[in-house]
Amino acid sequence: MSSHNESILREPLITGKDITYAKITDDILLPVENKPNKAWWIGFTLASLGAMLWVVSVGYTFWTGIGAWGLNKTVGWAWDITDFVWWVGIGHAGTLISAVLLIFRQNWRNSINRSAEAMTIFAVICAATYVVAHMGRPWLAYWIFPLPNQFGSLWVNFNSPLVWDAFAISTYFTVSLVFWYCGLLPDIASVRDRASGLKRRIYSVLSFGWNGSVKTWQRFEIVSLILAGISTPLVLSVHTIVSMDFATSVIPGWHTTIFPPYFVAGAIFSGFAMVQTLLLILRKVMNFENYITMFHIESMNKIIMVTGSIVGVAYLTELFIAWYSGSEYEMYAFENRIAGPYAWAYWCMMTCNVISPQLFWFKKIRTSIPISWILSIVVNIGMWFERFVIIVTSLHRDYLPSSWAMFTPTWVEVGIFVGSIGLFFTLFLLFLRFLPGIAIAEVKLLLKSSSLQHKTKLAQEGVFPAEQVEHFANSLEKYDSVSKEDINALTQK
Amino acid sequence: MSNTKYILGSFADPDEMMEGIDKLQANNISIYDCFTPMPIHGIEAKLGVKPSRLPIAAFIFGAIGTCLGFSLIYFTMSYDWPMNIGGKPSMPLPNFVPITFEVTILLCALGMVATFFYRNHLFPGRAPRVMDMRASDDRFILAVDASENANHELIDSLLKEAGAVEVKYNERKYVSYE
Repeated sequence: MSSHNESILREPLITGKDITYAKITDDILLPVENKPNKAWWIGFTLASLGAMLWVVSVGYTFWTGIGAWGLNKTVGWAWDITDFVWWVGIGHAGTLISAVLLIFRQNWRNSINRSAEAMTIFAVICAATYVVAHMGRPWLAYWIFPLPNQFGSLWVNFNSPLVWDAFAISTYFTVSLVFWYCGLLPDIASVRDRASGLKRRIYSVLSFGWNGSVKTWQRFEIVSLILAGISTPLVLSVHTIVSMDFATSVIPGWHTTIFPPYFVAGAIFSGFAMVQTLLLILRKVMNFENYITMFHIESMNKIIMVTGSIVGVAYLTELFIAWYSGSEYEMYAFENRIAGPYAWAYWCMMTCNVISPQLFWFKKIRTSIPISWILSIVVNIGMWFERFVIIVTSLHRDYLPSSWAMFTPTWVEVGIFVGSIGLFFTLFLLFLRFLPGIAIAEVKLLLKSSSLQHKTKLAQEGVFPAEQVEHFANSLEKYDSVSKEDINALTQK
Repeated sequence: MSNTKYILGSFADPDEMMEGIDKLQANNISIYDCFTPMPIHGIEAKLGVKPSRLPIAAFIFGAIGTCLGFSLIYFTMSYDWPMNIGGKPSMPLPNFVPITFEVTILLCALGMVATFFYRNHLFPGRAPRVMDMRASDDRFILAVDASENANHELIDSLLKEAGAVEVKYNERKYVSYE
């Protein structure tokens, strides 16, 4: 059945009065069916300027070669790989929300999964560009794949984690894209059936002829579930393999077995922070406050807190093991991180990633929108520094002291990084303009079980014990989209 | 009335549509299909729709992926051109795991989704076979084949009794054709 009486102890996932199935469609399709507002245009202008900077910087790199970057003989990986790992990590939250939370039947994912998955896809696009750019000769990028070639029957080295990475990232991108697009089909059909003229034709092609029959929905749900089931190990494998790019080398500071779980936790940590950054603005600008509620914000903050703590424990474990190993190279690598020339980056990472998420233990902070937004950005800055610290501080002190060097980025690297943020937001804003930013069909599922109005109706009918209703009323106080009258309505007959 | 091909009960509430199904089935009226804006859990059991066999397809594609992935690495690394890399064996099985796994996932996902699209005739540009334009918005549509079930008045009254907001008599099967 589409409705069952969910316990009133659970907080509502849809707030607002007089929400009907039609209103959900209207609200979510408002940005798709109308001309964009000023906020969208301002955002889009800024983002596309950033994207242009990206085109210029990447174009310059391709034209001159990687000599345009600040790399030297000692520090051969720096901003490029830092940014690559940063973007891939950000992408992981989308899969976590759409796949892992689906398997665990966390219904609050229904209103945030679409935009989070879109974020995954755009983040992986940004990440992939660094790999291609770092190859130096991007027109030979296909050499990473095991194609029969005219240079003799020499194959790629499948023992190399870099080759695993090529397979992992391309599989991850493909599966994420397929997952996202399958989920979009019913919503594109909603746009199609309400549109006319050319718009209808375009959305008709995009909808693949979706009609919402029993068999379609049945198979759709199976496909979603299995895609979620296979995406979960996939997402873990992708960041594990990314971490093996470092862990299988013999560089002190990289050669550690803790890397795979530590990288995966860090990826989820930074990914949720990025989702938070995007959704807090999205819900305000697109008027989605009734669908992306305080419960969603608080839940994501809790995940940021948990994964941030895991990352913190991993940092301390790394330090302990460096000392416990008795290896002087390993010990020096970490001494150098803490007190060497890049100590500022290390302490920046420590503050942003270990201390700031602990603030979420306070309910006031966890449910404050401005503070959550600022902290989400702090976390992403911290996670960028984590990768910078791992990569640059481990490399810049070579085995031979005569090779010791420092790394300074050139304008090209800075341009590619700032530009990739612009590219990401350009794609994201275009997505919000042309496709439904919230999964309409999945939110409709919640209307008759988890919405405030449904729970209010049942409470008024006296279905629940009074103390449970009181608990529910207290939990509503943090909601910015619930008024005093809404709370009082719970106890009226 | 005689030109009617399909009778559609248009419901505003999924539970009322489920009641409509019960009422029609109690009167031995066969239901053609239901079109809804969201998945309705439990409707398959009611309508006697068999469980999907897509998981089997997914498993088979995944297994093919495992075999292909492993064969690719085995062929290139151990058979076609075994290389001496630091004196290590030319078939280091642990190193074969990541790519075998990725190819398994890739083939499983693509194969299953392709099967889904094939079985449901979903492809870009397919003309949507829609019986009621609001079925993707806020209406839950219960379709009854008018020629198979002659007693139209009974269907009409049963649907309305269950709570149908509107009962339509469509002379064309699909309203979406231009």
